[in-house]
Amino acid sequence: MLRSIIEWLNGLALLPDWLGWVWWLLVYAVASLAVLVGLLVIIAFLLLMDRKVWAAVQMRRGPNVVGPFGLLQSFADLLKFVFKEPLIPAGADKGVFLLAPLATATFALAAWAVIPLDENSWGKWVISDLNVGILYLLAISSLGVYGIIMGGWASNSKYPFMGSLRSAAQMVSYEVSIGLVIITVLLLVGSLNLTDIVNAQKTGLGTRVGLPGSVLDWHWLALFPMFVVFFISALAETNRPPFDLPEAESELVAGFMVEYASTPYLLFMLGEYVAIVTMCAMTTILFLGGWLPPLDVAPLNWVPGIFWFIAKATFVFFMFAMVKAMVPRYRYDQLMRLGWKVFLPLSLVMVVLVAAAVHFGGLA
Amino acid sequence: MTLTAFFFYLFAILAVISATLVITAKNPVHGVLYLIVTFFNAAGLFVLLGAEFLAMLLVVVYVGAVAVLFLFVVMMLDVDFAELRAGFIKNAPVGLMVGGVVLVELIAMFAVYGFDLGQAKQLAAAMPAPGAGISNTKALGLLLYTKYVYFFQGAGLVLLVAMIGAIVLTLRHKEGVRRQSISAQVNRNPKTAMEVVKVAPGQAIVPSAEAQR
Repeated sequence: MLRSIIEWLNGLALLPDWLGWVWWLLVYAVASLAVLVGLLVIIAFLLLMDRKVWAAVQMRRGPNVVGPFGLLQSFADLLKFVFKEPLIPAGADKGVFLLAPLATATFALAAWAVIPLDENSWGKWVISDLNVGILYLLAISSLGVYGIIMGGWASNSKYPFMGSLRSAAQMVSYEVSIGLVIITVLLLVGSLNLTDIVNAQKTGLGTRVGLPGSVLDWHWLALFPMFVVFFISALAETNRPPFDLPEAESELVAGFMVEYASTPYLLFMLGEYVAIVTMCAMTTILFLGGWLPPLDVAPLNWVPGIFWFIAKATFVFFMFAMVKAMVPRYRYDQLMRLGWKVFLPLSLVMVVLVAAAVHFGGLA
Repeated sequence: MTLTAFFFYLFAILAVISATLVITAKNPVHGVLYLIVTFFNAAGLFVLLGAEFLAMLLVVVYVGAVAVLFLFVVMMLDVDFAELRAGFIKNAPVGLMVGGVVLVELIAMFAVYGFDLGQAKQLAAAMPAPGAGISNTKALGLLLYTKYVYFFQGAGLVLLVAMIGAIVLTLRHKEGVRRQSISAQVNRNPKTAMEVVKVAPGQAIVPSAEAQR
């Protein structure tokens, strides 16, 4: 979509050629801003949904004071965080201490540059259509660990440091299985481009059993074990319960965030939730068919693709919230065992199986 | 074009500055953080060259994994900065000598043998034409799995040996440590896990060895 807008603007010949890239810059800036604002507003409500789901499972009401049904709770929280005093411990490494939450939030938001939201007659709804999009997502999600490890170290305090060490080991471990799961999807698709990955899900198992363009075509069915592994690894990668060891309240107070207050804390929280939503979007793109409608029939394929994308991502987020509400926290050695002794061998075997199926069975 | 040049100079200057800061930073943790900035700028330069696959690999492997381990090690080290600075005067002559020898060797090598780019280009595999519709990921894969497949497999074997070596060096089996056996836990049933004991008044119960485990 962006490319066609830029070409149209250049075609107007309003400006001399050497100013063409000013247009280019302006269009990309506006697109980035639109994605950023939309994302942040959606996250404000997802945060509320997280708390409401959690409360409903425990038969509480959840936040219900600010606005109707507590709808404005997140905005009230934002104001509260912003107007508080940022505290920096005396022994802290000031620069790194303040850099850590910024890095977390920036890296988390940077992932959204490549996430395709829709594809229609206007073109691709994506800021940057990288042909190695999925690798970019993997790289950016693996950078999330820096905010945590820097914050834990710079706090110059025991609990944050222990929390950050735990978290670094955890995130590096689960990245391995996420990488292997992505490889199995790529074997079926044959491209690293995220739009291609979604479009490859137009045909699949469903087409073979006589339901073309349906929910059965998406990768979640063909790669069901990998879908489960990816979902659980995504929980661990984003430090969500039951894998929230870095900030286990009962042992580490709040882990790497202990010394943080006000806006720096807000940035950590924001980065964490953006990373969670990114993982939901990634699950949607890799396994749930992105913006494709669940059935390619008349009323459903009139709906704009972006609606399906948001609906699916929200559904994955709902599952994240339910897991948080229902599953007790893992012990640290069990977490490591799950990552290295269960998921790694399982996903390695699946890579071999899927590769064999693609090569000999012509599944791709 | 101007934009490409602008970004090239931006990445290049930042890479050189942060690489300098890696060695001049007094705090080793800051040094590693500057190293990460250097990696990032190198990845940016790769992107400008059109090698986005290499750029992403650089970020995934070096920034996402290797530098994290560096940071881990450096943070856990108990470094005494005063002691480090005290040794500077003593060690400087040795360091200068080693650096000087390497510099002289490099100068001699380039002066005698020269730097023939033409020869290097002959050895390199042919680049796919830009319009051929082959992405650089695919081009790299085609080359690695055909022309250089033995080297590729050899590199894999070296890594495998290194991995096994690391495991052998660090694996310890302590005696008397109670480990969790998930399968044993799952396979327990009421018959093996419970026993019904008749307790006579005034007598202690000694659990059987099976139940104590």
